[in-house]
Amino acid sequence: MDSDSLRYSLDLVSGCGLTLSCEQRAALQTSLLILKRNYKFSRVLFWGKILGLRSDYFIAHGITEDEMRNRKTLYSFNCVDWHLLPPVTEAQLAEVSLLKEHFKGDPSYEYEHTETRGLDEGDEAVVEEITVSVKMTEETRLAATVFNIDREVSVVPRGAFIKTPSGRVQVNRCFEGLSESEARKLSSYLHFSEPQHLKKKTILETADLNPSIDFLDNLSEDTPKGSWSLQFERGSISVLRSLLWLGLTFFHVPMTPQHGYIYMGDGMKNHYLPFML
Amino acid sequence: MDTSEEVHYNERDLAAKSFKAFLLKSSSKTNLNLYDHLAQLLTKVMDESPEDVVETFEDMSQEVKRAGLQNTQSTLRDTTPISTATVLAEQQRALFSRKAGEDPAHEEYLVKTPLPNVPELAFYLEQAGVGLGEEEMHRVFLALKELVDTQPLQRCRFWGKILGSESNYFVAEGEFQEGGGEEDETAEEEARKSEHRVDDLEAVAEHTVNLLQKSADKSMPVVPMEDKGTGANKYTYFVCREPGMPWVRLPSVTPAQIIAARQICKFFTGRLDAPIASSPPFPGNEANYLRAQIARISASTQVSPLGFYQFAEEEGEEDEETPRYSLEENPDFEGIPVSEMAESLSTWVHHVPHILEQGRCVWVDLAEKPEELVEEEEGDEDREDEPDKPEAEVGPPLLTPVSEDAEINKTPSWTAKMSSTLVSQFAIAVLRSNLWPGAYSFAFKKKFENIYVGWGLKFTGEGYNPPAPPPTQQAYPSGPEITEDLEVGLKEKQGVKSTLEEQREEEESEEAEGEEEEEKEEEGEEEEEEGAGEAEEEEREENEEDED
Repeated sequence: MDSDSLRYSLDLVSGCGLTLSCEQRAALQTSLLILKRNYKFSRVLFWGKILGLRSDYFIAHGITEDEMRNRKTLYSFNCVDWHLLPPVTEAQLAEVSLLKEHFKGDPSYEYEHTETRGLDEGDEAVVEEITVSVKMTEETRLAATVFNIDREVSVVPRGAFIKTPSGRVQVNRCFEGLSESEARKLSSYLHFSEPQHLKKKTILETADLNPSIDFLDNLSEDTPKGSWSLQFERGSISVLRSLLWLGLTFFHVPMTPQHGYIYMGDGMKNHYLPFML
Repeated sequence: MDTSEEVHYNERDLAAKSFKAFLLKSSSKTNLNLYDHLAQLLTKVMDESPEDVVETFEDMSQEVKRAGLQNTQSTLRDTTPISTATVLAEQQRALFSRKAGEDPAHEEYLVKTPLPNVPELAFYLEQAGVGLGEEEMHRVFLALKELVDTQPLQRCRFWGKILGSESNYFVAEGEFQEGGGEEDETAEEEARKSEHRVDDLEAVAEHTVNLLQKSADKSMPVVPMEDKGTGANKYTYFVCREPGMPWVRLPSVTPAQIIAARQICKFFTGRLDAPIASSPPFPGNEANYLRAQIARISASTQVSPLGFYQFAEEEGEEDEETPRYSLEENPDFEGIPVSEMAESLSTWVHHVPHILEQGRCVWVDLAEKPEELVEEEEGDEDREDEPDKPEAEVGPPLLTPVSEDAEINKTPSWTAKMSSTLVSQFAIAVLRSNLWPGAYSFAFKKKFENIYVGWGLKFTGEGYNPPAPPPTQQAYPSGPEITEDLEVGLKEKQGVKSTLEEQREEEESEEAEGEEEEEKEEEGEEEEEEGAGEAEEEEREENEEDED
């Protein structure tokens, strides 16, 4: 969520139980402005908080020209001093899903996790075992977790961002908000990451889509169905909560351009979602 | 020269006029024409002067068209649909109205009221980073006031909020006054009677089964529910969807429900009557599951500073082995410095009795060998040994420090810290549970409070594995009297074979004698049959003749 409207947005999102204390908010307002100037970002977003055993990580995103690409992620312990997170590789993204412990709160902590997986090869009775060992620092794990969360469950309302013919994604200044009836449908919300399913759609399905707005994946195509909880808190504010990554909350006030999402949780994916539905 | 210029000018003029006429031509589909549309669009751009208008030009054009179309609606007036927001607002308006008969200057307000000081709670929780938003907490406060006015509660507390997939639950914990809370007694008595009935039925069933054969599978007798006001049912819980909506009372929890709730992991939907489809099956609907989870969370995560509560002195209590359950506030409690509370976990103690594996807080001897209950995945607070003989299950006694809680994955199941490192004189100590994510406690001098805001699920560490279904029951016990012993069988068969052969020889000789007799008999029978058959044929012939 935008650092300018932090207090207001936090109030709308606090249905999930976690907010920031007054001291943290005050510190964020100051430090994010300084961050914006130092790194020459066009916008700075407060992404959220990942809880660790000893201390919590506060994460912020810095956006330069394109809203979706080339985002820089920074983390801090006290909302004042920010450190840049390293970019992640695909291998690290896959490995991080094997770690099932809490975040420790120490960025230099090394995780070592070995897993033996049995592989049945066809009709052979002999089961070959593969040992997969994962070694990564907490900093890498943090960066990979933030990237995963963004890729899988970041949400924006349909029409809030447009894609110019040059391929750049930017904020739609004409966005006036979803209507009440649109805000009740899950199909009015899109993932804010590189689309996976869009190319597989048939021409019949894409006939009704507006290419400048609908360049992202729709939420209603997520599997398993029911991994999003769409509620209207306090009657009029549309709140989306992800059941896949517990702690991600998205809010939107219909008929206004206000929207935003935040993640406040322990940074662990809920792999067992199908059992729980 | 002039003429050529004039002609040129005239041509251009003509071209412009014809182009303008072209622009003014109405479209065949709608009644718009490009000239008016462009005029409106450029007027809009002039009025609003947005930034980067060249990028959003097409969208503005679409909007102008849309706005134009909306004016040509039918003459029917739309009734403004009543949104859910207004409905909720109407309900919540009632919270803000003072009831008749309440006088603000009445002395009653000086008397200790069971209503908790929720704004104070909200203030401290916000420092800890936990909260529901200022206005929301205030609405909760007013809703609690309404609850206290309608129900005869001795004590009331805001327990927390449980999130669900369709809607959420706001939970309030209440302790009834002596003799209060009789509304649900009939329901509870019925529940108890049904348990007894089930017990009777099961006893009868068992008896019959025992008569027939010794069954290896004895059905478990039902563990009786704890009485209202004791153990896991000490407090009554009320839930509502949004503050302002009526409070619904949750039923008391039975041990079977707690045991089943330990084995399943399900999200709440937000409807109290929703069925819980799970394996193993949960005895009850969502209201019971909610109550069971609330009981588990309370037992695991309700903590207080060391020394706030002390055991109540009861006369005649000399037996030190029986666990003590009655607590009272310690009037001499001085308060522990915040830095100490934030550093060591042994300054926090549990003040809610632990729930045993049996599903109750006080162990009940069922006078029978208790079956092995399904173990929990993690080695957490259930540290009792599996009872091999009917030994009393013992849990950690009341007022054990939180540092004694078992660890998950070698990490402590609690995290304590101070709310602020910059200004430590006025900071509060915050305790967060890692086992039940969402459970928070804070302490500041003599004040403390617990709250839970979360999904109602335990942290499962390595993951939740649904227990496999039990093996299929055997139809009969396999014992030596039934199973076939192959070697013996062979011999027996051979022996039987030889005897059979002998018998057959005898029979054959007999048969040979008797065959003649039988043949005669058979012949006799056949003749009779033939005679009968002939008689039938004669009848048929007669009938046919009649028909003809």
